Amino acid sequence: MARSTVPIRNGEDVVRVRQEVRRLAIEAGLGLVDQTKVVTAASELARNTLDYGKGGQAVMDIVQNGARRGVRIVFEDNGPGIADIELALKDGYTSGKGMGLGLGGARRLCNEFAIVSTPGKGTMVTIARWK
Amino acid sequence: MDRIPILKLGEALLVTIQVDMHDRLALALEEDLTTRIVEYSAKGVLIDISALEIVDSFIGRTLGNIAMIAKVLDADTVVVGMRPAVAITLVELGLSLPGVRTALNAERGMAMIKRRIDDGYPISEYEDEGGS
Ligand SMILES: Nc1ncnc2c1ncn2[C@@H]1O[C@H](COP(=O)(O)OP(=O)(O)O)[C@@H](O)[C@H]1O
Ligand SMILES: [Mg+2]
Repeated sequence: MARSTVPIRNGEDVVRVRQEVRRLAIEAGLGLVDQTKVVTAASELARNTLDYGKGGQAVMDIVQNGARRGVRIVFEDNGPGIADIELALKDGYTSGKGMGLGLGGARRLCNEFAIVSTPGKGTMVTIARWK
Repeated sequence: MDRIPILKLGEALLVTIQVDMHDRLALALEEDLTTRIVEYSAKGVLIDISALEIVDSFIGRTLGNIAMIAKVLDADTVVVGMRPAVAITLVELGLSLPGVRTALNAERGMAMIKRRIDDGYPISEYEDEGGS
């Protein structure tokens, strides 16, 4: 099924990720609230990829699980990685000047959420939202 | 560079956010609003977000910053027109907007600002200034 890859190198790319996720979410048949949730989660993670991961990419697909359709997005970067994932997921924790809601918020807004991160190598965050 | 237009409506400033806001645009808006609040001695800032399809923590922080700066300059900020799907999502994201007042639409938001202007700064006081 349709796969879309969006590079994330600047603020405009974060906007592009949002537009592309919206397009796929509509195509997958998600309702307005679900679309809004997954686009918001994607916006948070794309910004992390940019701000902390020093840039990377978002790879997104429409996915099918039995009768259910949804959208899955993988954010990848080759940045510094996350040493303490538990801490990074805590609401309010930020190592920058954010609000510390991106990771925890994205997890709440999606049906699937996974982080794989290796310090010094990079970070991969996967989310999915089903219809 | 793009900038978000700021309209003056009496003692209030009106900003309609119509585009997908990115970092530089958000920073420019903070700067421009600060300048205008001082320039016009504005008492209120009305921010219409009815065109925004999402509000993430970055935009939330921008709105919060604007409200904070406005407060220091003695102006109130009212955010109007948040879409229902955006409101639902914000709650789950965990974003509360401290210092940001919200109203259903621009008309009600203006009424809030007008009440504040009328209560806190009676027009007659201005008219008397220097005259008595
Ligand atoms: N892609 C990433 N690479 C490295 N560190 C990250 C990445 N994403 C998140 N982090 C770390 O996790 C913290 C929490 O992220 P988040 O919840 O989005 O809050 P915020 O972006 O406001 O800091 C960040 O401050 C950062 O230290
Ligand atoms: Mg973040």
